[in-house]
Amino acid sequence: MSIKEKARELLEGEVDGVLGYRLAGGSHLPHLFTAADIEEMAGDYPAGERYPLASIVRRLQAADPGIRIAVVARGCDERSLVELFKQGQVNLGRTVILGLACEEELARGCGCAVPYPSEILEGRRVEGVPDDSLVEKMDGMPAEDRLDFWLSRFGSCVKCYGCRNVCPLCYCKECALDDAEMVERGRVPPAQPAFHLIRAIDMAGRCIDCGLCEEACPMGIPLRTLYRKVGRVVEDNLGYRPGRSPEEKSPLAVLGTEKDLE
Amino acid sequence: MTDYRTVPTVCPYCGTGCGMLLEVSGGRLAGVLPQKGHPVSDGTLCLKGWAAYEFVESPRRLARPLVRRDGKREAVPVEEALSIVADRLRDTVERHGPDAAAFICSAKCTNEEDYLVNKLARAVVGTNNIDHCARL
Ligand code: SF4
Ligand code: SF4
Ligand code: SF4
Repeated sequence: MSIKEKARELLEGEVDGVLGYRLAGGSHLPHLFTAADIEEMAGDYPAGERYPLASIVRRLQAADPGIRIAVVARGCDERSLVELFKQGQVNLGRTVILGLACEEELARGCGCAVPYPSEILEGRRVEGVPDDSLVEKMDGMPAEDRLDFWLSRFGSCVKCYGCRNVCPLCYCKECALDDAEMVERGRVPPAQPAFHLIRAIDMAGRCIDCGLCEEACPMGIPLRTLYRKVGRVVEDNLGYRPGRSPEEKSPLAVLGTEKDLE
Repeated sequence: MTDYRTVPTVCPYCGTGCGMLLEVSGGRLAGVLPQKGHPVSDGTLCLKGWAAYEFVESPRRLARPLVRRDGKREAVPVEEALSIVADRLRDTVERHGPDAAAFICSAKCTNEEDYLVNKLARAVVGTNNIDHCARL
């Protein structure tokens, strides 16, 4: 059964809305469908038109906690929902995942370890192609060269906040990047490396590696590599990979009592 | 039930013309997303674009014209405000010549409105003092 067929069926009473993509003027636009307009739902999911659907689910549930939503979800969308659930931001009990497996080309482009959701409705499952080559290349560089590399990239930052705004895991009402004490107002590029490291540290144990931040960066800063590095530190030390399973406890919730960082 | 849809449009702030999606939910403008695959901006925005929805419901937004009288600002109907501006403009140009006036048009106006401001400045008032916020 295709995602669209399943969506149509679910709208007969099981869910109130289906979050997917509407085709308009040749573009795929995020849209919450009801039985009234489900026929306008796009039946294809171009790799170049991914949006942070998990954030939209989070906001819709915050506005109406009773709402039952089905959502088109690639592997990374599902990981976002799972991680948001663990942080008390999404109600998985009221969320139906319409699983979409990613095609090989996209998985390669993303260097994705898990290019599919836990249950696949549409698409063919291809094995993960985790690509840590940039992280490894960085690790192999002398510390000074590495710092030079990052400072030269951070120096091009136009402080658009797109990396934060688009991130499905960024939901804090008070963001450190908006705090005038932490990030000087009106200064572009922002202080280096503080601005980017604040965000990198905040993504440790949270980033589910969707790459939307890097896609949203107008300056092409390799943000995904940075967050992969902090993600690896968390995984190596605490055995935790964000978004993997709703049962696993996040070290953010237990740090200091059940686990100790050496 | 809460609804959610996105409306593709062009960023109102500068002359670049980045593509953005306005997020509409519960009858309100809820946010902005960069439009993926847009020929100008391909899924990116600058700070202004990302914040472009905020002014719409800002409490600091000027919702009615204000006229300063005896040092105090008073809300007046649009027609009255326009007549005051026209009178003062005419008076200034008569006394000091057309180049005493300057016009600034806005990226938040339509092309047609900006074209008309251009006509007003050059053909009616007779000055080349015209600029646009997109050049700032
Ligand atoms: S990060 Fe993985 S799941 Fe997400 S779009 Fe890329 S390949 Fe698919
Ligand atoms: S890859 Fe970027 S956008 Fe995605 S979860 Fe990680 S930090 Fe957020
Ligand atoms: S998206 Fe890129 S340019 Fe924008 S704030 Fe983040 S790092 Fe800087």
